[in-house]
Amino acid sequence: MFDFWPALPLFLAAILAAVLKGGLRAAVMLGAPLLGAFGLYQLEPGTTVTVALFDLTLTPVRVDKLSLLFGYLFHLAAFIGVLFALHVKDRLHDVAALAYAGSAVGAVFAGDLLTLFVYWELLALTSAVLVFVRRTERALASGMRYLVMQVGSGVLLLVGALIYASANGGDLAFEFIGLDAPGGWLIFLAFGIKSAFPLLHGWLVDAYPESTPTGTVFLSAFTTKVAIYALARGFPGTELLIYIGAVMTCFPIFYAVIENDLRRVLAYSLINQLGFMVVGIGIGTELALNGAVAHAFNDVIFKGLLMMSMGAVLHVTGEIRGSELGGLYKKMPKTAILCMVGAASISAFPLFSGFVSKSMVVVAAIDEGYSFVWMALLFASAGVFHHAGIKIPFFAFFAHDSRFVATAHEPPSNMLIAMTIAAVLCIGIGIFPGFLYSLLPYDTGYSPYDYTHVLTQLQLLAFSALAFAWLKLAGIYPPELKSVNLDSDWFYRRLVPDAVQALLAKLRPIDRELRRGGLALIDWGLRALASHHGRYSILAESRPTGSMVLWVAVLLGISLVAYYL
Amino acid sequence: MSDEGKRYLFDNPRNVRLVVRALTWVCVLLVVVELAFHRHLAHPWEALFGFYALYGFVACVLLVLLAAEMRKLVMREEDYYAREPGDRRAGDEDV
Repeated sequence: MFDFWPALPLFLAAILAAVLKGGLRAAVMLGAPLLGAFGLYQLEPGTTVTVALFDLTLTPVRVDKLSLLFGYLFHLAAFIGVLFALHVKDRLHDVAALAYAGSAVGAVFAGDLLTLFVYWELLALTSAVLVFVRRTERALASGMRYLVMQVGSGVLLLVGALIYASANGGDLAFEFIGLDAPGGWLIFLAFGIKSAFPLLHGWLVDAYPESTPTGTVFLSAFTTKVAIYALARGFPGTELLIYIGAVMTCFPIFYAVIENDLRRVLAYSLINQLGFMVVGIGIGTELALNGAVAHAFNDVIFKGLLMMSMGAVLHVTGEIRGSELGGLYKKMPKTAILCMVGAASISAFPLFSGFVSKSMVVVAAIDEGYSFVWMALLFASAGVFHHAGIKIPFFAFFAHDSRFVATAHEPPSNMLIAMTIAAVLCIGIGIFPGFLYSLLPYDTGYSPYDYTHVLTQLQLLAFSALAFAWLKLAGIYPPELKSVNLDSDWFYRRLVPDAVQALLAKLRPIDRELRRGGLALIDWGLRALASHHGRYSILAESRPTGSMVLWVAVLLGISLVAYYL
Repeated sequence: MSDEGKRYLFDNPRNVRLVVRALTWVCVLLVVVELAFHRHLAHPWEALFGFYALYGFVACVLLVLLAAEMRKLVMREEDYYAREPGDRRAGDEDV
């Protein structure tokens, strides 16, 4: 039906959301992701649509199992996100959100690098608008920093694609690229920025928590997963990714433990989950790639659920700092339970969705002999339960009673329904992983539920919880404090402005001396001019015409004498 | 609000103790199960009895202790970024 453009329903809905009103508008916004998903259902893997543009052949649509999986995922995420945000009366938000989802769908079906670039930049613009709609000074500043990074990633992609294509005789097809290809490093870096590689991740933890309660739900779903898709398509089996991914799983959990803004904790845990996917892509075996994309699928749902539950808390209380929250289970029991389903899923508890996908990557790491990477993944698995599985629900809903307990209440029913759908999916995929596995690119016959695997995972998680309980009861656990923690965004938010300031301060005396010298020079020049040209000065004297005739005669006389000599 | 005197589940410290005790028993049980059934090994380091239990516990304690130390290095006041560039206060010395 939409085989010429799978993203059409979402883009159409974005336009209609700008003009329609009331119930019809809600129906269009909710219907578009469903219609789009139905359109995908009718697409045959192997379909391609090619367009000739001048002497370039572009492939705006290329359908295979990998793009279909992400296509379904993004429609699902768009549906849940729209439902969660149905109470929001903000046209700009809705238009940006739907166009953002449409751009993500367009990107994963892009069959050439130029089309990918167009959607890549559309993702940047539409998602930045979702940060701006918070309409605070902080969000505006953060959104601008975010936009610069995202557009920068697009520019790298474009330059890389042009170098790549010119070396390949103008072929822009988006297939395996690899680091050795001309322009490969630039494209790798472009994907790396959007996948939040270490030190390139500042934009994510800076901007995502600054969006609205509903905007962050959309943000956490699309950009990074498009980047994971792009890495899986362009750089599978790139060994460097294994080590990058291992670092991504580990370093954010330290930040997550001490971070006070609970949505920022989730942003750090998003990087941690991306790390598992990046490791899987780096290992590059069928099992590992399946694990990476399956985990991307599950992560959108459980991270969305966690972001939604924290969005609900922010919506109801107007507060998201762990130091100020607590005890909300008394007034928001449904939200608390739904949050804990998300927490169990991200922690990869058996029977929850994270378990059936994360385990594939971990098993692949052992199988391929990456012992230290495997240890890092285990560490990260224990850590993720600690900071996302326990910390998020504990500090929001339990811990001490906050001042919000008296006035808090459950969020609007559309929020609750959206969270319930996500929670049902988390448990459903966890219990019946076969459905998800059938969508994966490869058939590996992998089964997550065996005695050893369930037992070891339960041991890891239970003792991780025991460690939390012990540290908390012994008073060792660091309390939530009103604070910010310096991260890589510090370099461009503080170091560079400070350095410029310091440099200017250093240059100021020199500048002052130079100016003074310049002024003195001008002054001297003026004086010199005045002394020659001023009134009564030598060059300003008026002389009679006769004196000139006399001097001409003298000169002629001298030249005559000189001629005869 | 009307529920001034209402007592919720965890207002009673006994229930909190109950949760901690239950967790401890679950942990003990999970280790005992490992004694009863031999688990399949994929990696030589796993052979150590209770490897995953030990690793989970030690990893989390280390994580928290290191993160607490990290605070000394990276933690700043909440309005740190809101200040004018160059406006420094006590405790802001950069690393």
